[in-house]
Amino acid sequence: MNYAQYIPLLLALPLLSFAILGIWGRKSLKKSSGIIGTMVLLILTIISIAVATHYFFIGEKLNNGYQTIFALNIPWLNFGYKNLSIDIGLLLDPISVMMLVVITVVSLMVHIFSLGYMKGEERYPTYFAFLSLFTFSMLGLVLSANIFQMYIFWELVGVSSYLLIGFYFTQPKAVAAAKKAFIVTRFADLGFLIGILMLGIQAETFDFLTLIERLTNAESTAYINMHTTSFLGISALTWALSLVFVGGAGKSAMFPLHIWLPDAMEGPTPVSALIHAATMVVAGVFLVARLFPIFHFNHTALNLVAWTGALSALFAAVIACTQTDIKRVLAYSTMSQIGYMMFALGVSGYGGESGLGYTASLFHLFTHAFFKSLLFLGAGIIIHAIHSNDLKDMGGLRHALPVTHLTFLIACLAIAGVPPLSGFFSKEEILLAAWEGNRMIFTIGLLTAGLTAFYMFRLYFLIFWNRPATKVISKEAPASMKIPLIILAAISLVAGFIPFSQLVTTDQQPFKSSFHVLFSIAPLLLVIAGIFTAMRLYKNPGEKAAHLAQWFGKFYQGALHKFYIDEVYLFITRNFIYKIIGSPAARFDKQVVDGGVNGLGNGTRFIAEKIKALQNGRVQWYLLVFLGGILILSFIFIGWNKI
Amino acid sequence: MNYLQEILVISTALFFIGIYGLLTRRNIIAILMSVELMLNSVNINFVAFNKYLYPNSLDGIFFSIFIITIAAAEVALAIAIVINLYRNHDSVDIDSTTLLKY
Repeated sequence: MNYAQYIPLLLALPLLSFAILGIWGRKSLKKSSGIIGTMVLLILTIISIAVATHYFFIGEKLNNGYQTIFALNIPWLNFGYKNLSIDIGLLLDPISVMMLVVITVVSLMVHIFSLGYMKGEERYPTYFAFLSLFTFSMLGLVLSANIFQMYIFWELVGVSSYLLIGFYFTQPKAVAAAKKAFIVTRFADLGFLIGILMLGIQAETFDFLTLIERLTNAESTAYINMHTTSFLGISALTWALSLVFVGGAGKSAMFPLHIWLPDAMEGPTPVSALIHAATMVVAGVFLVARLFPIFHFNHTALNLVAWTGALSALFAAVIACTQTDIKRVLAYSTMSQIGYMMFALGVSGYGGESGLGYTASLFHLFTHAFFKSLLFLGAGIIIHAIHSNDLKDMGGLRHALPVTHLTFLIACLAIAGVPPLSGFFSKEEILLAAWEGNRMIFTIGLLTAGLTAFYMFRLYFLIFWNRPATKVISKEAPASMKIPLIILAAISLVAGFIPFSQLVTTDQQPFKSSFHVLFSIAPLLLVIAGIFTAMRLYKNPGEKAAHLAQWFGKFYQGALHKFYIDEVYLFITRNFIYKIIGSPAARFDKQVVDGGVNGLGNGTRFIAEKIKALQNGRVQWYLLVFLGGILILSFIFIGWNKI
Repeated sequence: MNYLQEILVISTALFFIGIYGLLTRRNIIAILMSVELMLNSVNINFVAFNKYLYPNSLDGIFFSIFIITIAAAEVALAIAIVINLYRNHDSVDIDSTTLLKY
């Protein structure tokens, strides 16, 4: 228990660093702000790794399973209604401890990388202040013991994401992307809030553990109430869980709320690595995992999770094959991989080995965080070197950027799922879980695995091979940018050997995951086929890829334009939301609200103009009015008494 | 002999003469004099009531002495203001002091 007392530090330190860098950063700490932020993150990383070691390997276990520990739990806001209160708590259980490690390690790497990448920026201290704010909010999100507290931090990560996407606020594109990200996720969060309120009011608690306990017990009043009440033929519990999932889908860029993620790449590249690849976008997965026992009791909601995930995985993988912006390819790849995590949760069972999907999902979250942030940081170095995002401007960079080349290759192999790299193990587990859960989804997953290998190696060959060396503006990056790449590559290499089924399981009881050699033949063959196709098409310059694109015709054009989802949204917002809701609301605001306020002002002025002549400065006139008033009053009061 | 009624008539007359002066005089000094008339009508009231209604107590008389003292102080102050007004406006006409308005 003694290590739990260090947990509040995990929140206090980054908040403090945000405050210090935010207040004094621009004046007195201009040079040292990066170092301060990085040192704070280093301390956080040490604490969280120590906590994880204690929690998983040293701390005492309960019935052979991992305990849930409250590091802090204080009532904060009492509603005075149905015993509802928002508490501020810090909850330690296997998934939050695992997330601590992921967040702090990736954040530390991104901090170190940013020391070199953001050097010479005008708003260098502000950047580190925002990074600290993000780290604080993300750690708070995973440690929340209370669904409402989680919602607060959920919005805080949204704000820090908004601030960092719009970091280059002089560029209109970045501003538009930041607004888009904020509005789309806010829209999804509306669903999340309604879901929270439904769950909270019915179960009479916001606390995660009590909530799960009450809503998984088929005899509790909360469960019966939520099951018997229905709206449009769907029970209240399903509605609540689906609405909560809408919030998660918005943050995790699931179809059809994914449109903000590719645009979010307008932010600085390390930010994309941290927020839009490794940590914030998996918040939706974390949310579903947190409430998994409740989801598991509700097949409709769980199926929604599974199919949204599977559809997003395939959809994004297809789009990723056609994009020409290096960061956009990676963004769609992120969306596809998060789709993987989602459907793994969706097909999972509960307890023991049937909870494999849950374990696999969080395993993939863990490994994906490292290799995807590695890919983004590598992309950062490449963009830094040639000052362009476009794949057309790249090619033959393997001689100019040897370290980046090697680490990028490792990450590509990892994400494609080539043994023995980390991505292979987690993806195998997911596919195995899908095979046992839902064959349709398994097929989609398999197809996506092949596509993943194809588009990742398309990216790799287009950047590093394809044509004789491109001219590089700046040589290989400084050490501060290379070291994170090497560390992340090392983690990506070995992370697959972590026995995740011993650590993170649905019922917190470790189980032995079996590894089927025969099962992995099919995915592996597809992966190899994907890699070889990419090699044939893109290793050497040629027209083959263009011919293939032509052969796909309309389908290729559709994927290139992201299947016109953005256009559909624009059409709906312009023609329906603006016309039916927006402009009447604007008119109401201008004419009724503004009109009322202006009318009040104008009326007052009109009356004042009329009566200001009374105030003429003649003291005797005032006296006369005063005496007249007294006379009238005395007549009234004396007369009143007489009657 | 009870002259209370007559005395009250006189004091009321004095009071309204004071108000009339207050409202119609243009000269500030004359206005001040009107105020004094009103104060003295009140003094007459106090003394008369004391004498005829409560002959055994002295409250009314004390009160009128008190009012006379206050009136003296007030006049000193008012004269000071009038002198300042005269210095600024070169006149003691109340119509010249209508600057404090909209």
